[in-house]
Amino acid sequence: MKSLQDRVSALRPNPIAAAGLSLAPFVAAVALAFVMDAAIGPAVGATWTKILLDVGIAIVLAGSLNVVNGYAGQFSIGHAGFMLVGAYAAAWLTFYGSIHWFDTKDTVGGFMGNGQLLFLAGCLLGGVIASVFGIIVGLPSLRLRGDYLAIVTLGFGEIVRVLGQITARQPKNIAVIQDQSMAALANKLGGAEGFSQIPGYTRLFFVYAFAFILLILIYRLKYSSKGRALLAVRENEIAAEAMGVDTTRAKVVAFVFSAFFAGIGGALYAHQVGAIDPKELGFQKSIDLVIIVVIGGMGSITGIVLGATILVVLPEVFREFSDYRMIVYALALILVMILRPQGIMGVQELWELPLWRKVTAKLSRSQHGGAK
Amino acid sequence: MSDLLQTTINTLAVGGLYALIALGYTLVYGILRFINFAHSDIVAWGGWLALTVASSAPVFAMPAVLLITMAICALMGVSIEFLAYRPLRKAPRLNVLITAIGVSLFLQNVGLLDKFFGNRPKGISALLANDVLVTVAGVELRLFDAMTIVLAIVLVVVLERLVYGTKMGRAMRAVSFDERTASLMGINVNVVVSLTFAIGSALAAAGGLLFAFRNDLRQTADASWVLLGLKAFVAAVVGGIGNVRGAAAGALLIAFVEVFVHRYISALFSGTQWVAQLQDVYVFAILILVLMFRPSGLLGKATVEKV
Amino acid sequence: MDLRGWLDTTVCKASLALIAVAAIAGCNNMGAEKKANGSGAGSATGSAGATVKPETGPIVIGHFASMTGAQATFGISTDRAIRLAVKERNAKGGVKGRQVEVVTIDDAGKQTEAATAVTRLINDSNAVAILGEVASSLSLAGGPIAQKAGVPMVSPSSTNPDVTDVGDYIFRVCFLDDFQGWVVAKFAFDNLKAKKVAILYDQSQAYSSGLADFFEKAFKQMGGTIATRQAYTGGNLEISSQLQQIKNANPDAIFLPGYYSDAGTIIRKAREAGIKAVFLGGDGWDSEELPKIAGDAINGNYFANHYAPEEPRPEVKDFVEKYRKEYSSTADGLAALGYDAALVLFDAMERAPSLKGADLRDALAATKNFTGVTGTFSIDKNRNAQKSAVIVEYKDGKQIMAARIEK
Repeated sequence: MKSLQDRVSALRPNPIAAAGLSLAPFVAAVALAFVMDAAIGPAVGATWTKILLDVGIAIVLAGSLNVVNGYAGQFSIGHAGFMLVGAYAAAWLTFYGSIHWFDTKDTVGGFMGNGQLLFLAGCLLGGVIASVFGIIVGLPSLRLRGDYLAIVTLGFGEIVRVLGQITARQPKNIAVIQDQSMAALANKLGGAEGFSQIPGYTRLFFVYAFAFILLILIYRLKYSSKGRALLAVRENEIAAEAMGVDTTRAKVVAFVFSAFFAGIGGALYAHQVGAIDPKELGFQKSIDLVIIVVIGGMGSITGIVLGATILVVLPEVFREFSDYRMIVYALALILVMILRPQGIMGVQELWELPLWRKVTAKLSRSQHGGAK
Repeated sequence: MSDLLQTTINTLAVGGLYALIALGYTLVYGILRFINFAHSDIVAWGGWLALTVASSAPVFAMPAVLLITMAICALMGVSIEFLAYRPLRKAPRLNVLITAIGVSLFLQNVGLLDKFFGNRPKGISALLANDVLVTVAGVELRLFDAMTIVLAIVLVVVLERLVYGTKMGRAMRAVSFDERTASLMGINVNVVVSLTFAIGSALAAAGGLLFAFRNDLRQTADASWVLLGLKAFVAAVVGGIGNVRGAAAGALLIAFVEVFVHRYISALFSGTQWVAQLQDVYVFAILILVLMFRPSGLLGKATVEKV
Repeated sequence: MDLRGWLDTTVCKASLALIAVAAIAGCNNMGAEKKANGSGAGSATGSAGATVKPETGPIVIGHFASMTGAQATFGISTDRAIRLAVKERNAKGGVKGRQVEVVTIDDAGKQTEAATAVTRLINDSNAVAILGEVASSLSLAGGPIAQKAGVPMVSPSSTNPDVTDVGDYIFRVCFLDDFQGWVVAKFAFDNLKAKKVAILYDQSQAYSSGLADFFEKAFKQMGGTIATRQAYTGGNLEISSQLQQIKNANPDAIFLPGYYSDAGTIIRKAREAGIKAVFLGGDGWDSEELPKIAGDAINGNYFANHYAPEEPRPEVKDFVEKYRKEYSSTADGLAALGYDAALVLFDAMERAPSLKGADLRDALAATKNFTGVTGTFSIDKNRNAQKSAVIVEYKDGKQIMAARIEK
């Protein structure tokens, strides 16, 4: 008869196995991203690759916004401001860094070579700097009631845009750049002209690695206690506070997390387009992202993926109608909001839909050989 | 001295403009707790409609053009509320916000069509010469500025009397205070809401017309209208949203910062470039300061949120 | 029966179905576009098709432009002129005996869309060359893609020096902003005898701030001084404080390198504020709307442009007439440049041994003394056009040519 101690230890999960199981999805995510880059990309051609890139970046941006707007139920409409900050930080590192350390403006090295590692560092730097801004903006303003947060985040987005427009001109001459230290170059971000000649490091691998990792993180968040705390804040902030949830802290953490990934999204965006124009990452872009979140379904992960896909692909499909394109789009937006205000997926995930349940139930029944 | 007077006149004119537009935001927010993003597009349409009416029927004198434009925009506002916002009265607020954005996009792009206003900027000053009315101490008071100031004062006073001195005004205030109880008291909430939108849109039209005379007309989809609306909205918030007098006060403050302060700061710092370039940022900075230290606005009353 | 619930689920299923249909339609669309351009390759995504260019059938030229959005007039003007050029050329037998076809994709004035447009033109439409864009920021977005794909791109109107730095496949047929700034400075100093000039520029537009910098540098080098330098934000015309400071500085002339949509109102306001100095502008002023917006205040001011419709040269008269016949309006500078860009391309195509990227690029680089609507010019080693500029004066609301300035 085993002792009680032994029986208890047998029940405890093996720490290594647990860690492994926990990290396995991330490894799978990276592997899947690799497959996308190596196999799917070349198979579908340049045009569709670009569309896939756009969708992936939209997922990163909308997914991060969903944590604040969807889970926490806050009104953040300045997401593009964080994008812009992350884009500038990453571009500063890759463009000037490339010239300082690799003596060239072009992309360097192959897969995971020096150039791509620099790019990865740039993305992460972008995320970190964006989250710093997230703290600066979030801490004082998350005390405010919903609509006021909307105005402040809007104002923040505009301020970042204006600040971007008054930065100094970006030198393009290699010799001139090598003469100055990275720190001195930190405020030479292009001004109204914008920052251009950014090496085009964005590829399916990075975009989808970040996208899948983010999706896993927000999936786990949704079903964790921290996530439930956010959902509680959304439903009724005062009741959540009464239940012991530190609402301000929960909101700020959500805000900073979303800012981090927005910064990464901005970095990916900048290295795809090859240039940053502060006017393009302003109010309009923030609204586009909010639309993806709301149409897809706030609080739903499949909703985000669906929303991002639709809202990137649809303008392409509507291209024919040019003049009327935006009008149709606007009408569609209004109709969706009136007829299905919770968005396409609402708060449900794909695997929670009754249709899915029916199908999977049928499949498992047939597997077990008919009614038993 | 004349410089000071001129700057003051400009401040008053710009303040009047912002006040007219801010009132629309504040009235709607007061009643429905909702930021009407499409409001700046009504302002744009107001300006363009004024041009269209004035140039297609030159017989009409300016006051008639104003009234017709205000009437059309009031109708537009009521229809938009009925079609797009009323079905969402009970929905989460982010959704109504999105719908408002949808309406805004719709108005912008329909306005761009050749059948409507087209996609080129237009001048309006050809219709009315900006003559000098009176010269005081070396400072000229021109027609457009005078028009703006007078009209703004008249409309704000009229509105103030409406909201604080009539039965309908009391009904509006009641609905903004507590909608359900107001309806229990026999107030038809739908009528009050429609009236609010009508008034707000009419004022927006007036603002649009005055703005057009001052700065000519840019395309309906141009970002300058959105920025104008944003600043007017900031003015409403700073003054205390939901509060008519607050909107006027806030508008004057924002105009003061944008015109007066900017004038003297940039003269002071005439060496550095970027101080003057921050004109837009000043406005948002004021917003953030007010929201942090006095969130209910300068003239607003702090309300306790009951559970 | 729960009507709302039923409606919900039906709407959900219906929207999902609609999306699926739209996606399929979109796929077919892209395939169909290729077929319509006569490329013949069967794959719906054209990945392998890009390198196989048939030797017969129409020659496809791609044009990416802002056909919608706030800058729509730029794109539309340019596109009209290009199509006019193509129509004329086809009537004369085309290029190398083949008809020319233009595929225009709208970029709505956005950088990401510009990149998508160029990608599609190259991969889906199999364009042998790209024309575009007007706005430098959009050329900068589309250029790298053309460069990477080895497809020559000719910008009709992007004046920012960085555009051709992108690579050896990127060309332009207009002058650069550093030249333009110098031209205006020279005119101000030599012709107008202005010694003290104020600058009022749009800080939100790279074009405007860049041109202001170039003007300042050139003017100071000539011996002039800058009375004051004021900035405004495009679209926000509360500039009373800027105007006041300009008035106090009492300049001989004012350089206003902004776009016509702002310039008109600014000039009017300045005159009302009592500023009597002459206004000078750049090619951003070029539009029929400017005199309408500014009213009488426009008279007596000058701006640099790529051509003047009143110029006595035969190419100009010819072009203006043809354009008016086809489109019932006066061709602006952008149209003239679009026309010349197309003609330069045709000329290079005829000279090139084949239409492959490298051959076409070399032929374009070898363009010498080409006579177009916007003057006679050659493509230099930086792939920019070496040409002169025109100074246009407004008199009685009409544009007349005041001077032609050479380097």
